Amino acid sequence: MSVDKNVVKKISRLARIHVSEERSEMLSSDLGNILNWIEQLEEVNTDGVEPLSGVNEHLLAWRDDTVTDGEITDEVLKNAPEKAGEFFVVPKVIE
Amino acid sequence: MSDLLKMTATEARNSLLKKEISSVELLNAYQNAMEKTEALNNYVTTTLDAAKQMAVNADKAYAQGNAGSLAGLPIGVKDLFCTKNIETTACSAILKGFLPSYESTVTSNIWQSGGVMLGKLNCDEFAMGSSNETSIFGPAVNPWSKIDGIDLSSGGSSGGSASSVAAGSALMSLGTDTGGSIRQPAAFCGVVGLKPTYGRCSRWGIVAFASSLDQAGPFTRTVEDSALIFSVMAGHDPKDSTSASLGYTNFSEAVKSGIEGLRIGIPAEYNVDGMDIEISDLWKKGRAWLEQAGAKIVDINLPHTKYALPCYYIIAPAEASSNLARYDGIRYGKRIEAETLDAMYEATRADGFGEEVQRRILIGTYALSAGYYDAYYLKAQQVRRLIKEDFDEAFNDVDAILTPTTPTPAFPLGAEVSDPITMYLNDVFTVPANLAGLPGISVPAGFSNQGLPLGLQLLAPPFEEGRLFSVANAIEKQAEFLLAPARAAGDLQ
Repeated sequence: MSVDKNVVKKISRLARIHVSEERSEMLSSDLGNILNWIEQLEEVNTDGVEPLSGVNEHLLAWRDDTVTDGEITDEVLKNAPEKAGEFFVVPKVIE
Repeated sequence: MSDLLKMTATEARNSLLKKEISSVELLNAYQNAMEKTEALNNYVTTTLDAAKQMAVNADKAYAQGNAGSLAGLPIGVKDLFCTKNIETTACSAILKGFLPSYESTVTSNIWQSGGVMLGKLNCDEFAMGSSNETSIFGPAVNPWSKIDGIDLSSGGSSGGSASSVAAGSALMSLGTDTGGSIRQPAAFCGVVGLKPTYGRCSRWGIVAFASSLDQAGPFTRTVEDSALIFSVMAGHDPKDSTSASLGYTNFSEAVKSGIEGLRIGIPAEYNVDGMDIEISDLWKKGRAWLEQAGAKIVDINLPHTKYALPCYYIIAPAEASSNLARYDGIRYGKRIEAETLDAMYEATRADGFGEEVQRRILIGTYALSAGYYDAYYLKAQQVRRLIKEDFDEAFNDVDAILTPTTPTPAFPLGAEVSDPITMYLNDVFTVPANLAGLPGISVPAGFSNQGLPLGLQLLAPPFEEGRLFSVANAIEKQAEFLLAPARAAGDLQ
């Protein structure tokens, strides 16, 4: 199976990673090879098998829904590439 | 000086207790060793000023008689653990300059017990790789001899953690294991590497790769040292909802228990194509050693073994694509400016993530996208259950499982980096334990014809790390492995 360049374009858009024309060529063969190899999973009969998302799926504990942290604006903003006052700064999103 | 490097952590601890040596002396020896082995590229950040203070404090605690169980022992930390106000990059360009405002639970347990922090260790970018070659800092180098003049890979992803302990530039180190990232480099470098049961150590404050698979674990020169540091790392943490509610256990006792009557499984399916003959010979030797130590060997089957790797390469990238969505150029890390928000995201992530990380994010995004979810992600989760059930069934008949750790010894840098699938095959024996959440340990047990270290892996049922230590100790005793890499800082044994 191959992953065509339009599919690479679509998933790189979903993943918010810019992919140049040139790289999309290479990626389509790379991803195709990996997915081909993964497709051996089709040999396994999984009829009626419950998917397993994690090994401790039944062990998760309840806790009170209370605030345990907060009032640390400076720390939260400390590593931001751009900030203004108490806010993160992003490119303009409203026309 | 070199006598200080020769001490295991347990020996150093005893000498410190008897005041035969001081923490400051021990730190000086390791500082010197770090300088001598700089060419191995193991440390990406050193923290020697902090280390000095920690060593002074440890000596005070010994004088006052209230030293913690790791007091004064020099320890390196994989650059995937967040360390407060110390740069934490996951060896990625996207996190360059990131200064966490908090300390991971595991490292904070280590410092509370008196451990002395030497610095942050090299690893594959976001722990994605098996050779440490995806690191933005360049690969950590294996301290064992070159082959044909080419440096060998330390393995990965925790390459710097394994190499530093083998080279004598850290007494012990911390790593993480999502698909073999502790056990494979431990085998390549000739040290002991433990991947605990999923849920045994808190994941809080560790840069996330695949949250249902990631676990923190130690690298040490002996099994006894592994038990010493693991006892401190393990434990319930309310900040990690997946951490198990188990109290403190001192695992040092378990190391000494005999293994008479224990049933050890040998899985037929681990005889894979392309396995080096020296690896299968070592496996047979391990089987004989355990038999001599009084264990009963049982041939077992784990029928879905073959599907563990392809299953992993859907599940891990799917979880990674979701976890790594947080690197958006807004809250921390690198940002490439652009006109619109989306263009900024796309430019930042294209520039900040390396090739392998991008490949995995894209595979994961594909597997989770509409139209492919059932065929890939759901299918992989179903296969994951079958793999776990194979182990559940096997552990009805056996107490632990013995396998090789890797299908080959360490390979030269650059040898596998061009073909992702060849690189993925490194983890063929280690990935199943992550999918099933089991504890596993790699013990150095012999040498290849070219004199490179080889490891044997032991697996046990969940939360039976104590049993792993007992069996690993039996192998260690009989293997009499000599840790003597050509490029070590000094004589280590």
